[in-house]
Amino acid sequence: MSPGPTPSQTIGPFFHDALLDRDRSELISPDHPEGIKIKGTIYDGAGEVVPDAMVEIWQANRAGRYNHPADYRKELSLDEDFSGFGRSGTDARGEFSFLTVKPGHVPGQEGSLQAPHIMVSVFARGLLERLVTRIYFPDEEEANAVDPVLSLIEDQELRRTLIARDEGGPLRFDIHLQGDGQTAFFEF
Amino acid sequence: MAQRKGEEAAGYRCEDDPSYLYPDYVATRLRAPKKPLIILPRTLSDTTGPAYGRSPVGELDDDLTRQHSGEPLGERIIVTGLVLDGDGRPVRDSLVEIWQANAAGRYTHHLDQHPAPLDPNFSGAGRCLTDGEGRYRFVTVKPGAYPWKNHDNAWRPAHIHFSLFGPAFRSRLITQMYFPGDPLFEHDPIFQSVRDPKSRQRMISTFDLETTQPEWALGYRFDIVLEGREATPIENHR
Repeated sequence: MSPGPTPSQTIGPFFHDALLDRDRSELISPDHPEGIKIKGTIYDGAGEVVPDAMVEIWQANRAGRYNHPADYRKELSLDEDFSGFGRSGTDARGEFSFLTVKPGHVPGQEGSLQAPHIMVSVFARGLLERLVTRIYFPDEEEANAVDPVLSLIEDQELRRTLIARDEGGPLRFDIHLQGDGQTAFFEF
Repeated sequence: MAQRKGEEAAGYRCEDDPSYLYPDYVATRLRAPKKPLIILPRTLSDTTGPAYGRSPVGELDDDLTRQHSGEPLGERIIVTGLVLDGDGRPVRDSLVEIWQANAAGRYTHHLDQHPAPLDPNFSGAGRCLTDGEGRYRFVTVKPGAYPWKNHDNAWRPAHIHFSLFGPAFRSRLITQMYFPGDPLFEHDPIFQSVRDPKSRQRMISTFDLETTQPEWALGYRFDIVLEGREATPIENHR
């Protein structure tokens, strides 16, 4: 075997029994007083919904602490029951959903502060590797305006694709894989 | 420190990964993003990662031949290997999830319409945690090739899907493990979407006589190298 990273391959269409056998879309108990619901539809370049995708999220808790040993900020509390990880398939309407809490601010590079956000991975047939994006919050206008990652995106329309929409009920975060309204995606 | 950061940033991108659009794989045409990707600076948001990777697994989850009342048909195999980070260090206590077709090339999935038999003794899903040396091990049966309608007479080479978390959000990987010498490699756009032949080799397991158990099962070795290194050495902050 040659050295070097193992390449990515598509998740394909047949992952459900292995990866979605348990419901991981609710990161908190349904009666959590601070719970928020986030829903979204995934669209392809023809505007058709994508019914065979898997979405994973990773986030800090309300205090802004990640439940991971690399987050060394012990002064911030961890919530015992909150892992910060969620997984949801898309249904026949191309829709995924999560029940979670809004994360706190987390540090950026060189002393900066990032606006509250959720890391997102999208896997699907036809995606040779995952797509990485972020969900930001519509009620954080000031923090979003100075967020060091959002600020990297000069195209205002593209930047707006990362901010969930408040429609009165669940927050809405649609993901457009391709086309005019394409969502902003990241690489490392 | 600044120099080290630069080095890490340069080393993190897996240039061997396929770009999203590979027209021969038809499903990429309407799903591959066309706008340039934005390079994400390293922060705690991605140098941390889900503890789901350390979640408990059931006793029979790593043996796909013992999940039902009888044994599945097919060639019994052992698949094992190391999960390493970009520096060659073992990734310990980390979740490995797999799924695959049965020996006839059929998935237990309602959308799989290939007219090959289902096996009542085979579900094709497994999981395990890597041990203290970063090693995983599954017992299963060798999956069959199957047709997939991407183009005329399109057949996928036999493969097992692998899902790995590694230490951080950055290291998340879903890939496929292939078997050595498969004549379908050159006809498969998913395999060929990895342009560099050396990189493609990293998706092919090797037959391993040491893993093979006499009178019982053939052994295949498949090591997996995840991108990047553990961003913040944990020891520094304990």
